[in-house]
Amino acid sequence: MNIYKLGIKNALANPLSTLLSTLLLVLSIGLISLMLQITRQLDGKLERNIKGVDMVIGAKGSPLQLVLSSVLHIDVPTGNIKLKDAEKIARNPLVKQGIPVSYGDNYKGYRILGTEKSFLELYGAEPEEGRLWEKPFEVVIGATVSEKLGLTLGSTFSGSHGLMENSTEAHDHHPFTVVGILKPGNTVADQLIIGNLESVWLVHQHGEEEHDGAEEHGDAHDHDHSGHEHEHDIPEEDREITSMLVKFKNPMAMVRLPRMINENTNMQAALPNYEVERLFNLLNAGSRAITLIAVVIMLVSGISIFVNLYKAVRERKYEMALLRTYGASRLQLLLSVMVEGLLIGVTGFVAGILFSRLGMWILSGYVEDSYRYTIGSSGMMKEEVFLFIFTVLLTIFATVLAAVPVFYLNVSKILAKDD
Amino acid sequence: MILTKELCFGYDREQQFRFPDIAIEKKGHLLILGDSGVGKTTFLHLLAGLLTPDSGTVNIGETDITRLSHRKLDKFRGRHIGIVFQKARFIHALTVEENLLLIQRLSGVGQDRLRVRDILERLNIAEKAGARGANLSEGQKQRVSIAAALVNNPNVILADEPTSSLDDKNCMAVTELLKEQAGHTNASLVVITHDQRIASQFSNNIRL
Repeated sequence: MNIYKLGIKNALANPLSTLLSTLLLVLSIGLISLMLQITRQLDGKLERNIKGVDMVIGAKGSPLQLVLSSVLHIDVPTGNIKLKDAEKIARNPLVKQGIPVSYGDNYKGYRILGTEKSFLELYGAEPEEGRLWEKPFEVVIGATVSEKLGLTLGSTFSGSHGLMENSTEAHDHHPFTVVGILKPGNTVADQLIIGNLESVWLVHQHGEEEHDGAEEHGDAHDHDHSGHEHEHDIPEEDREITSMLVKFKNPMAMVRLPRMINENTNMQAALPNYEVERLFNLLNAGSRAITLIAVVIMLVSGISIFVNLYKAVRERKYEMALLRTYGASRLQLLLSVMVEGLLIGVTGFVAGILFSRLGMWILSGYVEDSYRYTIGSSGMMKEEVFLFIFTVLLTIFATVLAAVPVFYLNVSKILAKDD
Repeated sequence: MILTKELCFGYDREQQFRFPDIAIEKKGHLLILGDSGVGKTTFLHLLAGLLTPDSGTVNIGETDITRLSHRKLDKFRGRHIGIVFQKARFIHALTVEENLLLIQRLSGVGQDRLRVRDILERLNIAEKAGARGANLSEGQKQRVSIAAALVNNPNVILADEPTSSLDDKNCMAVTELLKEQAGHTNASLVVITHDQRIASQFSNNIRL
């Protein structure tokens, strides 16, 4: 038995007020840490995914939607564009590289993307097993797709219409064969099924003449028809893609190309960096508000620690005086109160961090279900270490303030009272 | 063992106390009788070093405790002086045994579970070692507070109205117990009271 254990016992002897202070702290720490985690995760994920894509060309519509759908693969596309129009842009001397992408189908919620092999280079994706596609209907799959769907080399499957799972219409005539599995790279490539453009075109060739395919906006189950006029020989003229990812040769392009495309063609150009930043500013307003609330809760928790300890110290005045007669110094009494406070502070912090990880885990499950987006959990963040230091300082401050009466304890007077 | 000289203490201008000199040898007993308001408790607190006198000296053994610094006085008191308070109180969050262990710890002597057990045996409350203060009877509480005063083998035991809340039978028993336990640890005993019932049990007494 020592003065520190006494602090712990004292805290446990008042379970309700200790619990209240701890809960408030758990709530605030949990929220702050959750916000930090989400921002960090999204930031890193988005940054990795838009890296290397300076501009996206797609059908007219919302530029943010175009970026979300074609670069981040979390929204439906704005429509289709003619391949030859896009290639005209790609040949512009300011453009270093243009990668056409075409999609509109999914397999169990994972998007099937038709593109060129340069798409993989863009994300630094290499096959871990197998090889890249050589002919239509051969696909490589991302690490997440392989893991979640249990697909291996040689697996075959048929895609279905639309970009979300549970679409009823399936393309049974054209099964895909997995020829390669990509190394996990924590980019959007992890959750895609990738083949060549022809695969996507061929899938949509039969029985859909009623669609004209070019300017479809829309609803979540809508899919993009990437050219499907006649059997097998699609005229060059009519080939369509969903969008083209463009890499600039020099910064001048940033100024001239988007304006040129938006004004002179029936396509639109969107700058992922700009759009993502805009999106982030929107999200940040929300996360800042939540963080602010959390900080207020944290201060309330500090006040609650102070009030509870202050009350406890006053109630235990006689005990404190007794301890002094047994040889305890003022500092020892202060330490015992501090242990009581720090117990709440540290428990609250640890539980708060666990709470935020749990929240992150639930959230990432939800995001994965609805968007096929995986959010990993990062370990302890630098900001959380600061948060810990701040929590400890706040607790110590509240404790010292509460323990002030300890220093003015008139031992003789308290002991002489016989109540 | 205990020697006071010309002790004076005042809470304010009106309330000034002047105490007689006392001298108690090792293992000696002294009963200090006095009515309410004559400064009994003040005197006891001066002897315990809980109050610092305006003038005069308090020697316990070789040490003049009025000259000790706060910190040293706290330690000295913890080590050498056991106090039985008028109202038996202890740390509510701890069990009887934990209370005694903490007192040992604070005095810097080191914890000795056996001695704690031994004292509780001697005071007939060993079965209450794991109980908390609130679950004890008045008599048991009084015994625990005597145990608390004895646990560090003090040279001096000071008791402040130890019998005021007890009936005649328990009053006798507690006084005997104090004398007996003081004898056991070779301590000097000072009892302060207004309780005339116990005057006959002490051969050496003064009146304030």
